Amino acid sequence: MASNHLKWESKQLATWYFTFAAIIFGAQLLFGLIAAIQYVMPGFLFEIVDFSIARILHINALVVWMVFAMIGSVYWLLPDETGIETVGIKIGKLLFWVFAAAIVVVVLVYLLVQVGPADETTIWFITEGREYIEAPRWADIGIVVVVLGFIGNLYATGMKGKPTGIVTVLMADMLAFAGIYLAGMFFTDNISVDQFWWWWVIHLWVEATWEVFVGAIAAYGLITMIGAHRKVVEMWLWIEVAMLFGSGILGMGHHYFWIGTPEYWWEIGALFSALEPLPLVAMFIHVLYDWGKQQGAAHQRGEEGSVITNKPAFTWFILQAFGNFLGAGVWGFFHTLPQVNLYTHGTQFTSAHGHLAFFGAYATILIGMMYVAIQGSNGIKVLKHTKSSIAAAWMIAGGVMGMTVALTIAGYVDVIVTRAQMGATWAGYFDGHSGMWMLQGMDWRLIMGVVTFLGFLFLIKDFLSTGKNAVHIR
Amino acid sequence: MANKSVWSDNRFWQRSAAWVTGFAAILLIWLTFDTSGQISMGSDADLKNGVTKRVPGPTVINYKITYEMDTKRGHEVPVIGAKEKFFGRDDYSEKEAGDLLHLGKLGSQAKNCMDCHTLLGNGAYYAPDLTKAWLDPAWESTGSMQAMTGKNTKEEAMAEFLQFPSKYPTHARMMPNLGITAAEAKGLVAFLKHMSSIDTNGFPRNFGKIQGALNGK
Repeated sequence: MASNHLKWESKQLATWYFTFAAIIFGAQLLFGLIAAIQYVMPGFLFEIVDFSIARILHINALVVWMVFAMIGSVYWLLPDETGIETVGIKIGKLLFWVFAAAIVVVVLVYLLVQVGPADETTIWFITEGREYIEAPRWADIGIVVVVLGFIGNLYATGMKGKPTGIVTVLMADMLAFAGIYLAGMFFTDNISVDQFWWWWVIHLWVEATWEVFVGAIAAYGLITMIGAHRKVVEMWLWIEVAMLFGSGILGMGHHYFWIGTPEYWWEIGALFSALEPLPLVAMFIHVLYDWGKQQGAAHQRGEEGSVITNKPAFTWFILQAFGNFLGAGVWGFFHTLPQVNLYTHGTQFTSAHGHLAFFGAYATILIGMMYVAIQGSNGIKVLKHTKSSIAAAWMIAGGVMGMTVALTIAGYVDVIVTRAQMGATWAGYFDGHSGMWMLQGMDWRLIMGVVTFLGFLFLIKDFLSTGKNAVHIR
Repeated sequence: MANKSVWSDNRFWQRSAAWVTGFAAILLIWLTFDTSGQISMGSDADLKNGVTKRVPGPTVINYKITYEMDTKRGHEVPVIGAKEKFFGRDDYSEKEAGDLLHLGKLGSQAKNCMDCHTLLGNGAYYAPDLTKAWLDPAWESTGSMQAMTGKNTKEEAMAEFLQFPSKYPTHARMMPNLGITAAEAKGLVAFLKHMSSIDTNGFPRNFGKIQGALNGK
């Protein structure tokens, strides 16, 4: 991890976060594979690591590695943006170890203890049993303390150094990101109230604050990797913030159609969530247009070759532009209107959307930031593709796309047979899940999951070896 | 720079972003107050006086619940009918029913139900949706589960299944044994019965109405 090319301690700390994130990313894929095998062979690890446990680890690892990589990204870009060393870096380093240790304990408890008696001790020390934020209450409090420390560093640095547009957006966004987590830290007997606030955390993370975060990261990437003009990029960023929050905050209504909440959420949710793809189109155009503009300008100056200074990272940023639009935008819009969602809500269709959206919007760009860190850590001027980096990008992106298509086909069976034809009963559910397209869809999902995992192995190989490769310009 | 357009001014877009975000957030908070009032849990008095609440009080377990088409609203809604025995009683006090619901809701989280099943449509998709599980025909006297578990009532059959799920497989994909005790199972069934009484705007559509053959079987 130590590197003599990094003169900023903030960037060294960022590499710690990226390293831990990459390990947890691997854990996410492994437990995803276990869950995918269980769809095909239900007896696999039955009453040892049941589907529920594999899935908790799959989705919690997803959230954790992304949060780690997000914090790492901020620590990485802070010195470049503000021009100064991050304030409170010693506390930042301490908090990293606290955070990492807490995550390891939470994971071991999930895996080894799994469930507890129906009382408050389980909620405090084993699991809260609420999808995505199952982490027990002690860990919730720990996470809040750690994230507050991180935000303190971000604010102190942003106010002491040069507060660029990107840093200003990140300061506002990260505060909202952390504040929203508090909405998920209480217990209630009323399941409708429970899910109402649960969505404040989940939705306002992934369809609002995280999207704004990747907008800021994309802006930073365009400036550093292709030399886009800061003023243009930051103007786009502010437009994106307006569009993302303008549609995303009230777009939350599309989670309030069926949980006991009033009918007016149908109209509010339909209208605002139908607008949610628009900023994703804007972000897509932003990245591709700036690339073409910079390349064209270089060509006019008579410069040969690409303007991109980090090929693998930029590849992942381009994949993000496509993936965010397709996974979050198109697959999200498919089932966001209440007339459709009445039948698609809680089916394999949701799963298809979830896979492509989390990957397309977030995994891609965070992998890109890991490549940015590899470039900086090794003092490389132009980081080029290797065979492994190309194989990783094709296999991971192709694998996730394949899983998404397989789950979409399975989703159609679920929607039509389980829901529309059979009325969602226990028997109806298993009629849907015994259908041939469902079974074949699950086979293909597993195959594509294996492809994704092999791609991940290429990615790790490249992470570990590309820094020493002679193809790069130093 | 007198002739510079406002549309290319970063300050203009920064302020626009702040105003749009603030406006959306205030609207969400205002709607949250309204919704919170509408989804607060009803009381025993509401049930006795026939006051319809979107989320009825815990003593709804003393009553028969059905899921019927409301022609005015254009979808099905839960209908709370006459008294019905639940584990042999229909006189649970507000305290007793509340304690059962509390135990059941805690149990639903402590056993990670949501990581295989969906509740109100949210969760994982590895097992059936539980929103209206209490009303599922499979658990009625004409369904298969009472005979399979050797119990004479819906609630006892459900409690038996929850305690020993892998003894009663209905599909190659089985529910694992989660160490659910008899008391916890009773609480979980109360939680499921209560959840079936929540007004979910007609989700799931046609629940339990279609029992016909699939593909002419």
